[in-house]
Amino acid sequence: MSVTEDDVRRIARLARIAEPKDRVAKLTGELNGILAWVEMLNEVDVDGVEPMTTPVSTPLPMREDAVTDGEIPEKVLKNAPKAEEGFFVVPKSVE
Amino acid sequence: MSDVFSMNLLEARDALSRGDVSSAELTAAHVKAAEDAQGALNCFTVIDADHALGMAKASDARRAKGEAGVLEGVPLVIKDLFAVKGIETTASSNILKGFKPEYESTVTQNLWDAGAVMVAKSSMDEFAMGSSNETAATGPVVNPWRAKGSDEKLVPGGSSGGSVSALAADIGYGATGTDTGGSIRQPAAFTGLVGVKPTYGRCSRWGVVAFASSLDHPGAFGKTVRDSALLTQVMAGHDPKDSTSYPGAVPDMLSACEKPVKGLRIGVPKEYRMDGMPGEIDTLWAKGVEWLKAQGCEIVDISLPMTKYALPAYYIIAPAEASSNLARYDGMRYGLRVEGEDLIDTYEKTRAAGFGKEVQRRILIGTYVLSAGYYDAYYVKALKVRRRIYEDFQAAFEKVDAILTPTTPSAAFGIGSKSKADPIEMYLNDIFTVTANIAGIPAMSVPAGLDAQGLPLGLQVITRALDEETMFSVAAAIEDAAGFTAKPERWW
Repeated sequence: MSVTEDDVRRIARLARIAEPKDRVAKLTGELNGILAWVEMLNEVDVDGVEPMTTPVSTPLPMREDAVTDGEIPEKVLKNAPKAEEGFFVVPKSVE
Repeated sequence: MSDVFSMNLLEARDALSRGDVSSAELTAAHVKAAEDAQGALNCFTVIDADHALGMAKASDARRAKGEAGVLEGVPLVIKDLFAVKGIETTASSNILKGFKPEYESTVTQNLWDAGAVMVAKSSMDEFAMGSSNETAATGPVVNPWRAKGSDEKLVPGGSSGGSVSALAADIGYGATGTDTGGSIRQPAAFTGLVGVKPTYGRCSRWGVVAFASSLDHPGAFGKTVRDSALLTQVMAGHDPKDSTSYPGAVPDMLSACEKPVKGLRIGVPKEYRMDGMPGEIDTLWAKGVEWLKAQGCEIVDISLPMTKYALPAYYIIAPAEASSNLARYDGMRYGLRVEGEDLIDTYEKTRAAGFGKEVQRRILIGTYVLSAGYYDAYYVKALKVRRRIYEDFQAAFEKVDAILTPTTPSAAFGIGSKSKADPIEMYLNDIFTVTANIAGIPAMSVPAGLDAQGLPLGLQVITRALDEETMFSVAAAIEDAAGFTAKPERWW
């Protein structure tokens, strides 16, 4: 499988990265190089093999469904690019 | 104290506990050395003298009260991926410029609880994506080592390049790193240091900026195997804040270094002999085998047939996880924001301006392999191959107790020498290290010799999950036999 320049623009849009206008052609080449290289995996027989998502073999631990943190709005907002009166300030997203 | 910088961590700890030197004196000397080296090596993101001396004075006060911890007063260098409360933590990325966490990573908290002191934060490849430390927002890090008779600047390896440059230049007595595909072991090999990636889950990932969560391993650098063992065991431990943290007890890794290796079965995998690999690496590997044989190990030829598939599987899994993890950098809650015409435009402009080229490339690959129509063909396929790689190791460990390989297919290379090439050429640096990340098993690099140009090379020891003790026993046996004492000639 390979990607076209239009695919790269679409992927950039999905990834919320502004279209890298001057680099679309180069990126397309690089991505196709990587995708061609990983084709190697098709040589491996994976019939009946379960996907492995993590090297941890034990089930994830459960904890009590209780509030254990919070009431620290000033800390949460400390690194915000924009904050006012205890809230994050973000661009308008609903018309 | 004639030369505080030539000591290793255990010696520095002993000098502190004897009262030969105070942590304030030692830390001040290391901060000064860091400031002096920064211009030439560019290995730090933050040198905060007041913060370092404050920690050192608090350490001296604890010692005076008889409350000294196992690393009391010892100056360390911390990779910029670890959140340190109140200190700028950027993962060497512009998108986190100015970010000062209001919390402390569990690993660094464990170090401070044991009395350690932070000298500085070290540079790294942006978001730990790289094998040369050339992608940091603050520019390439320089290796203190140079080839004989040459003044060409070499890379320290990556992504933990700042940590190793500092430690190889005798700044700090140990350092932290993280290893997602080889980012501790490869730079350790390039700088004549010991680099440890413990079992997945041994060191908490909480407060460590995420790259690829199922592959990220915090770990340690030391000048010696014993130094790195002590650091690793202090950093390790169960952490309820990381759901993948291993709940069992941490073994005594330092004591394991004294355990004889007689009778251990050492596997030598034929698949780690690569075409085009310099003969010196093969020779060093053979020497390593002889050293262990001489100490009573049984050498067993083994096969890990899935080895060559580990790197391509990694370059699907790691970017997939990264594209998901890095979605959080949206310019809303922390870090950089570039205002756009609307919300989406702001997201897109922020991420285009904040992420460097390699990070963007990996986010795009990750987004693609997770996108509708390609998920099964790439991502699920890679996860199945991952299990086959894991099963390779399981089968091998029925026959052997540890596996010995070279750490890298080459010694350190010149800054800029691979940046124009195909990205895959850079990725191949991790060909021997990435398998242990895929399987989550412990692996470490030990300096074992110099190549003809006088540059360090490392050997890698891999063991079963949770068996760091055997790994440290074998590593200490190699260290004792190798007698590696070379240091970079001071030019910086």
